[in-house]
Amino acid sequence: MRRRIPLIITFVIGLVLITGYFVTRAPFNTLYESFSDYFAIITVFAFILGGGSLLKIHLKRVSSRATDWHYSVVTLVAFLVTLVIGLFKVGNPAGMGGEILAAGSWLRFMFDGVYNPLSATMFSLLAFFVASASYRAFRARTKEATILLSAALIILLGRTPVGAWMTAWMPESLAFLELPNLANWIMAWPNTAGQRAIMIGIALGVIATSLRIILGIERNYLGRGE
Amino acid sequence: MDVTLMLWIDAALTLMILSFLYRDNPFYKFAEHLFVGVSAAYLMAVGFWDHLVPNLLGKLFPSLMSGVVPGAVGRSPDYYYLIPAVFGLLLLTRLIDRWAWLSRWALAFIVGGAAGFNLPRFLDSDFIIQVQSTMIPLVVLDASGNLLWGASFSHVVLVLGVICGLVYFFFSVEHKGVLGHVSRAGIWVLMVTFGAAFGYTVMARISLLTGRMEALGAWLGSIF
Repeated sequence: MRRRIPLIITFVIGLVLITGYFVTRAPFNTLYESFSDYFAIITVFAFILGGGSLLKIHLKRVSSRATDWHYSVVTLVAFLVTLVIGLFKVGNPAGMGGEILAAGSWLRFMFDGVYNPLSATMFSLLAFFVASASYRAFRARTKEATILLSAALIILLGRTPVGAWMTAWMPESLAFLELPNLANWIMAWPNTAGQRAIMIGIALGVIATSLRIILGIERNYLGRGE
Repeated sequence: MDVTLMLWIDAALTLMILSFLYRDNPFYKFAEHLFVGVSAAYLMAVGFWDHLVPNLLGKLFPSLMSGVVPGAVGRSPDYYYLIPAVFGLLLLTRLIDRWAWLSRWALAFIVGGAAGFNLPRFLDSDFIIQVQSTMIPLVVLDASGNLLWGASFSHVVLVLGVICGLVYFFFSVEHKGVLGHVSRAGIWVLMVTFGAAFGYTVMARISLLTGRMEALGAWLGSIF
């Protein structure tokens, strides 16, 4: 029962959605729409599960006084305070009926004052690591690394005013070699070719994996044991 | 909220994260853990109000939700929505070790749903349409029948690029001889794609960094 029922659920849901996509008549189209709604709702519960899991892990770390447990207190306090503010719309000028991120609400403050600077700075850190990674790739001196970095450099310069300024002296007959034009050409043709090959490959992989899941051949998502 | 206070919090958090460039330190760890807590709760709260309230609670208890869900007044409950409610609650049993096996039912719904959605969608948009878009003329002529060298060259690059890229992903045959050369050309095409993606990523990150530097500048401007 613990393994067979999930396999039946997967098969039925998968089959209904595939049939509903191709057959646009009742009851398949209505079933497709209803199941789409249900799917969206259940995935929101995954966020709640994520929050619950975060709470469980950090409470365990605090109670067992694990290494750096003080930081778990920071996570717990930040999580609970933001959650209470968000769920009860604390400080929302329009009350419970207002937009969740209404101007002046406390959640808006948490978003603008805490979440935004933290996420922007966290991701901007990557600029430094990317620079160091490209330096190491450049030192590798392989043909592939050279092609990758040359394409990146042309795109970077071609999409900024510096690129246009650097190659503005070129005669009209060689206009296609101006960095902005070269960047546009790379984006439109070789880049599209590579992306298309990747997309077709991914599509074939997704189709095969989806079929394996629906038919119950792929069962890793059920985990091990009963 | 006071603008000056916002500037100080913004600057303090930015400096805490940037301090990681020196090395891992307590300030960075504090900001990192704060980020994890705030972002998890923020996503939960937004998911609750934007999806669960209008799409689930508003359908099951319209009279109770009339104050917060527009259009719920006078609507009768739709008990079919008990299905996602039950499956959603089953997903939460993952947090209780004894009942965790029940979450497999909800997981099966999610996995089956994702497989059912993705199979036709990928077949249509990422396979058929992409193959169709690659079937373009290799020789491009203008209205008076003259050969357009530039456009023809671009088309050849696209078609050969896709073929070479696909050959690289074809692992059923050893990449030797002609296939080896084609596969090698496929790697070069993929490197151009990764290079373009790399270039865009660098630009995006630098623009984020510029934004942060501007925020720090505004903070310093408020002091001096």
